[in-house]
Amino acid sequence: MPSLKQLVKREERFVSGHRLCAGCGEGIVARMVTLAIEKPFIACNATGCMEVASTIFPYSAWNVPWVHTAFENAAATLSGVEAAYRSLRRQGKIDKDILFLAFGGDGGTYDIGLQSLSGAAERGHKILYVCCNNQAYMNTGIQRSSATPRAASTSTSPSGKVLQGKIQFPKDLASIMVAHNIPYVATSIPGKWNDLTGKVEKAVSYDGFTFIDVLTPCRLGWPHEPSLTMEISRLAADTCIWPLYEVVEGRYKISYKPREKKPVAEWFKLQRRFDHLLKPANEGLLAEIQADVDRRWELLLKKSEG
Amino acid sequence: MKVAKTGNEAFAEAMRQINPDVVAAYPITPATEVVQIFSQFVADGLVKTEFVAVESEHSAMSACIGASAAGIRAMTGTSSQGLALMWEMLYIASGLRLPIVMAMVNRTLSAPINIHCDHSDSFGARDAGWIQIFSENVQEAYDNLIQSVRIAEHPDVKLPVMATTDGFILSHCLETLEMIPDGDVRSFIKESPDREGLIKSLVNNKPITIGSLDLQDYYFEHKRQSAQGMFNALKVIPEIGREFGKVFGREYGFFEEYRLDDADVAIVVMGSTAGTAKEVVDRLRKQGKKAGLLKIRVFRPFPSEMISRALSGIKALGIMDRAEGMSGVSGPLYPEICASLYDSGARPLVSDYIYGLGGRDVALEDIEYIYGELFRMAEKGKKEYTLKYIGVRE
Repeated sequence: MPSLKQLVKREERFVSGHRLCAGCGEGIVARMVTLAIEKPFIACNATGCMEVASTIFPYSAWNVPWVHTAFENAAATLSGVEAAYRSLRRQGKIDKDILFLAFGGDGGTYDIGLQSLSGAAERGHKILYVCCNNQAYMNTGIQRSSATPRAASTSTSPSGKVLQGKIQFPKDLASIMVAHNIPYVATSIPGKWNDLTGKVEKAVSYDGFTFIDVLTPCRLGWPHEPSLTMEISRLAADTCIWPLYEVVEGRYKISYKPREKKPVAEWFKLQRRFDHLLKPANEGLLAEIQADVDRRWELLLKKSEG
Repeated sequence: MKVAKTGNEAFAEAMRQINPDVVAAYPITPATEVVQIFSQFVADGLVKTEFVAVESEHSAMSACIGASAAGIRAMTGTSSQGLALMWEMLYIASGLRLPIVMAMVNRTLSAPINIHCDHSDSFGARDAGWIQIFSENVQEAYDNLIQSVRIAEHPDVKLPVMATTDGFILSHCLETLEMIPDGDVRSFIKESPDREGLIKSLVNNKPITIGSLDLQDYYFEHKRQSAQGMFNALKVIPEIGREFGKVFGREYGFFEEYRLDDADVAIVVMGSTAGTAKEVVDRLRKQGKKAGLLKIRVFRPFPSEMISRALSGIKALGIMDRAEGMSGVSGPLYPEICASLYDSGARPLVSDYIYGLGGRDVALEDIEYIYGELFRMAEKGKKEYTLKYIGVRE
């Protein structure tokens, strides 16, 4: 795991001057993840906030070779880049060790990008795929995704007189990725730099497909006080609504057990997308959600015991 | 070396000889065999290609784009729904100026679902910025795919190219062709040009960004540059075709004029039906009737001026359109021909004949019927209709 001293000395790969919102979690994640990788790498983004805000022609925030093609295919596009590298390597035309890093939002990863993600993972390309999960299609105006939490109000699952925000619980993508039998799956947050950078370093050490799902606060979409980005991400871990863990060659390892497990309402009350949920009329729904968080946390504890 | 191959086998052989660095492909009838046969070449170590068995055609083109953006030679093959599924990526491939080469086997688009030949899939992609080359027979399919590499990679073009064959009619039928020795193909296609790419930029520590967002202030300029590649292709394609002719004895251009010089009436046709139509032309000529034929080889870029010159002496023209354009007027080839004639001063009577959809067979009699119509209209000096359907039960 790289130390803070080591990290700050490295050359910045995701530089300033991009147009992400003040307090955007994605910018922080992009910088941390790219700093954590020592070997040379090529990056690929799915369409989304990070891609759009970092590459407005003629500017680019990417101090690495970088490609973007479309929304649902970061994994497929990078599979092609990686295949090109493997081909050249086999032909003896290149001897450098190159890594491949994909970034996708929850839209481009959980939903429209799920097919190409699955295909690339199944084929075992040497790619680290980082999902910047801000729990909705933020770039197009905060529409719900399958990663959106239960009862969150989004522009396509708004809370109203009859419906109380998103009806479904979020998809468990980490489990789906574990089922692909890839060497490393993890969850993380920007608020714990050593967790995130350590996991990135670990992931890229494997010779295969690896996946990290990073809960990434969105100050506009959740919305929250822009100065609270890191704190809100840590609180998600403290309430266990976003547990931090790794699955190393199929074995579960919890990365962080909160000393004091906080009620989810603590996390909800910092974000206006849950305002309706904290009203007395929705007490039952809140309890349902708390029960679900508790159930999943117990399950995770059990999985990591063995 | 004269051999007997099906269209798919010939495509696969050409691919083996081209020996691309990456092939990313997904099976679909009737193109499947191309990549299947090629997979055997990979398994036997006959090619250096890294083969990516992607999980969909959209991913096939995505991976080809990634590979080509990395700086190497990438190829794929597909038909119909496969091409349709990669539709957005076709535009992206050409917009990013990537010299990807595709072995395209023409099969109609659903619905209804049908695995047989018509040109609706290729026509559906005609605005995507891909160079589109049609083949009359297996020899042409083989020769076209080889030339496609040089055309795509030409520094004045830098656009992806699809070489097409007619599904089942050519892809699955055995024909004889002259195959070029491996070394000669290699010499003709030359080494991959030294172009910008992700891997080169990493090795040289000069990072590049591919696939930026263009706002209103840059998109138009970039698109204009792409269009220039297509305009330049009008010069490059015949250059490559002439060079091919010099080296291998078979010269290629935008189209073939078959007994067109002194013809009174003519048919314009693309693909395998040209072979059948040539037979009809010969029979009519034996009867003293001045029939001719224009077989279009390159549909994109459309050789507008040249075509209008070739057709200027014709009194009645029949466009054979192997696609239902659903325009409410005609098939897709008709307006292209009419537009090319509009400013030329020549005013042949032009009618469209939609035929062969979903693999409906086209017989000599069908084409004889069309010529009969053309001769009649030419004599009367009057256009009787814009569109007729050939071979359908109405």
